[in-house]
Amino acid sequence: MTRLILRRLALLVPTLLGLSVLLFLWVRALPGGPATALLGERATPDAVARINELYGFDRPLPQQYVTWLGQLLQGNFGVSTRTGRPVLDEFMSRFPATIELSLVALLVAVGVGIPLGYVAARRQGRLVDHAAVVTSLLGVTIPVFFLAFLLKWLFAVQLGWFPSAGRQDPAMVATHPTGFYVLDGLATREWDASWDALVHLVLPALALGTIPLAIIARITRASVIDVQHADYVRTARAKGLSPTHVRGRVILHNAMLPVSTTIGLQIGLLLSGAVLTETVFAFPGVGKFLADAVFNLDYAVLQGFILLIAVVYALVNLAVDVSYGLIDPRMRTR
Amino acid sequence: MVAGGLVVGLALTACAASDRDTGGDDDGATDGGRDTFIFAASGDPSSLDPAFASDGETFRVARQIFEGLVGVEPGTADPAPLLAESWDVSDDGLEYTFTLKEGVTFHDGTAFDGDAVCANFERWNNFTGVLQSESLSYYWQKVNGGFASSDVESLNGTGKYESCEAPDAGTAVVHLRSPLPELVSALSLPAFAMQSPTALEKYDADGVTGDGEAPVLPEYATGHPTGTGPFVFESWSPGEEVVLSAYEDYWGEQGQVRRIVFPIISDATARRQALQAGDIDGYDLVGPADVVALEEAGFQIVNREPFNVLYLGMNQGNPDLADLRVRQAIAHAINKEALVAQTLPEGTEVATNFVPPSVAGWNADVATYDYDPDKARALLAEAGRSALTIDFNYPTNVSRPYMPTPEQVFTAIEADLEAVGITVNAVPDPWNPEYLDRIQGGADHGLHLLGWTGDYNDTYNFIGVFFGGTSNEWGFDNPELFAAINDARYVADLDAQTEAYEAANAAILDFLPGVPLAHPVPSLAFKADVQGYPASPVQDEVYNVITLGD
Repeated sequence: MTRLILRRLALLVPTLLGLSVLLFLWVRALPGGPATALLGERATPDAVARINELYGFDRPLPQQYVTWLGQLLQGNFGVSTRTGRPVLDEFMSRFPATIELSLVALLVAVGVGIPLGYVAARRQGRLVDHAAVVTSLLGVTIPVFFLAFLLKWLFAVQLGWFPSAGRQDPAMVATHPTGFYVLDGLATREWDASWDALVHLVLPALALGTIPLAIIARITRASVIDVQHADYVRTARAKGLSPTHVRGRVILHNAMLPVSTTIGLQIGLLLSGAVLTETVFAFPGVGKFLADAVFNLDYAVLQGFILLIAVVYALVNLAVDVSYGLIDPRMRTR
Repeated sequence: MVAGGLVVGLALTACAASDRDTGGDDDGATDGGRDTFIFAASGDPSSLDPAFASDGETFRVARQIFEGLVGVEPGTADPAPLLAESWDVSDDGLEYTFTLKEGVTFHDGTAFDGDAVCANFERWNNFTGVLQSESLSYYWQKVNGGFASSDVESLNGTGKYESCEAPDAGTAVVHLRSPLPELVSALSLPAFAMQSPTALEKYDADGVTGDGEAPVLPEYATGHPTGTGPFVFESWSPGEEVVLSAYEDYWGEQGQVRRIVFPIISDATARRQALQAGDIDGYDLVGPADVVALEEAGFQIVNREPFNVLYLGMNQGNPDLADLRVRQAIAHAINKEALVAQTLPEGTEVATNFVPPSVAGWNADVATYDYDPDKARALLAEAGRSALTIDFNYPTNVSRPYMPTPEQVFTAIEADLEAVGITVNAVPDPWNPEYLDRIQGGADHGLHLLGWTGDYNDTYNFIGVFFGGTSNEWGFDNPELFAAINDARYVADLDAQTEAYEAANAAILDFLPGVPLAHPVPSLAFKADVQGYPASPVQDEVYNVITLGD
């Protein structure tokens, strides 16, 4: 197991290196440049030239790349041209928001997706099954952006049941020692702040969680259908094990292996879906800052954030792989 | 399960709502109740130190925390006393004596006096290195023209400012090398607000680092802005919100608002929805399309007096447009009244000058080129260009305060031009960078739509920006016109200067490099119970005068 982890970590290095080259070139292929974005519509060519010189954008690309890579290796992700703060600080201050949102979205996806898929499989071909299949199909086809907009329009603007934007009611004075607002409220015993943060999470999490929910439901359904006809299930029944034991310990447990892989992959989807969801709900996380960086051509943020997200994605997938060992004993010996 | 979650969530929202106005208890989060004013910002401040800023969102926050020597008369762009109760300008225009308000302290307890004023002037003039970048000290460069010393030749010792002295605590005297009549108006900009010398030093305000990469802002600009204004900085969570609270020792009236929160909502639709959902008290840059719907839904729309201009530029690099008769024909062909009524927000004024009427130097007697299609046709015939085909550039997918819907403005003008026999070749481009590059970076454009929002009450701030010298945008070289504008800037006597500007405006409209179209009115939207919002043409809006309902 340790060797697996080490090998995967070692593989991460060339992956990230390749990604850094692609990112660097992509960012510079975007039309315009940070100087025009910074100086606005009456920028003189002189002023643009001076900004480019100041920020080093006038140097040859290979030289810029090597400089950037050199800084990266020292843990320096550069400085945001828009906010004048180090990129790593910007990322770390927003990451808790995105984690909180992604976790709640994942909770919704897993909490609803697995039971839905399981029930559909057990009632295969019946009305419940058809309903579940259609619902999950809708879930994967509706764009996140549209769904987010729809949820917000209906439940925030028209009905006023939920807030339309942000993580906390601005009128509320709350302390945030960790940046995880729901936990902060619990830790500081500011219960109302914790609830308020949770209420702010409902709509964005629903929007973000729908696609993973649909996918998880479909995989669970397929996997349960597959497993419930397996020989070992028949054997288990023949041995006289109780139906509850067969359903829980045998069918569900065995059906979970492909589902857990899927869940791992969904975490990556959640991180990229966060860009859209966070923008619609003005949710101050990593995704919204990244979206803003595109409009401001904030090179350092675009490069740094995407690279950091890639690292997170890779580590999460590694963690998922490791977790197979816990679910499937066969994996431990491999 | 989802439904269950929703029900629980709803019950909780209801609880939270009922708690809101009762205030907090010891172990709960305290609630602001209705002395908190929540105004959605469209972006983060670029810095909390206004000396390093030139953008509206930074200034919006800065105006609550800081005050300058000079303010503006409410609702106008005219300079008025603020931290300076009065000022005297010597006859030669080289010495400004400011008599300061007494009993004013900065938020850190430092006394506001003549020494503090001089410390600020000396700070601006002695910016070095990165601080001389236009993305940081834009206004000091634009107004003063240079720094005490600089590696850039055009900025090295070229400033108007010479020195500052404080003969006593209540007086500051600023000495200039040569006249700079716009100084008093310019001092109303937040970029020239008074900052606590103690805090500037303590939090290393000038310690902007960064070499070969973006500057890293110092502690002062990210967390310790210290002014004399009615609100004290509390916190800034970039991308999320800026929070201010009332300054207990404020010299003026504190008012009802005890706390201001600027949640940052970059998307225009999201701002409108936040207002509709009751999450915020108000927001700026309301789209013209939203005005009617919001009013009908019971929200208030507050208009600022326009301090901008939208114009149709005519690039004389194009030989057809180099002919004055063609430019006159185009001006006569456009029905500005109909254009304004059909495409711009209610309250928009038709423009005759390239400056709005509230600016000193606006001239009522300029050539106006009234709507007259027959005359337009005759002028084209006279110029031998009855079958004229011309490129018309306009930006897409952009909304500027002076140009909320460029596509609609283009369509209206296109129809007018076609009506007098001009064939229009439409050239749309995305705003940034394609459109701006095409208009300002090269000669490849013909007719085009552009505009400007002014910073302070000064004609040069408009026509100097447009016509102060040769440019790609306009494609003409008219040394006489350039001289008229640039000389007027430095006429020491204000009345004489106003006259010189009026003459310059008349000369511009005779030469007709473009057609001033309109001064579109910018709108803000508020909840019904927000009263007394001090809408200002130059956005000098401080929230201590606002009252909030229950």
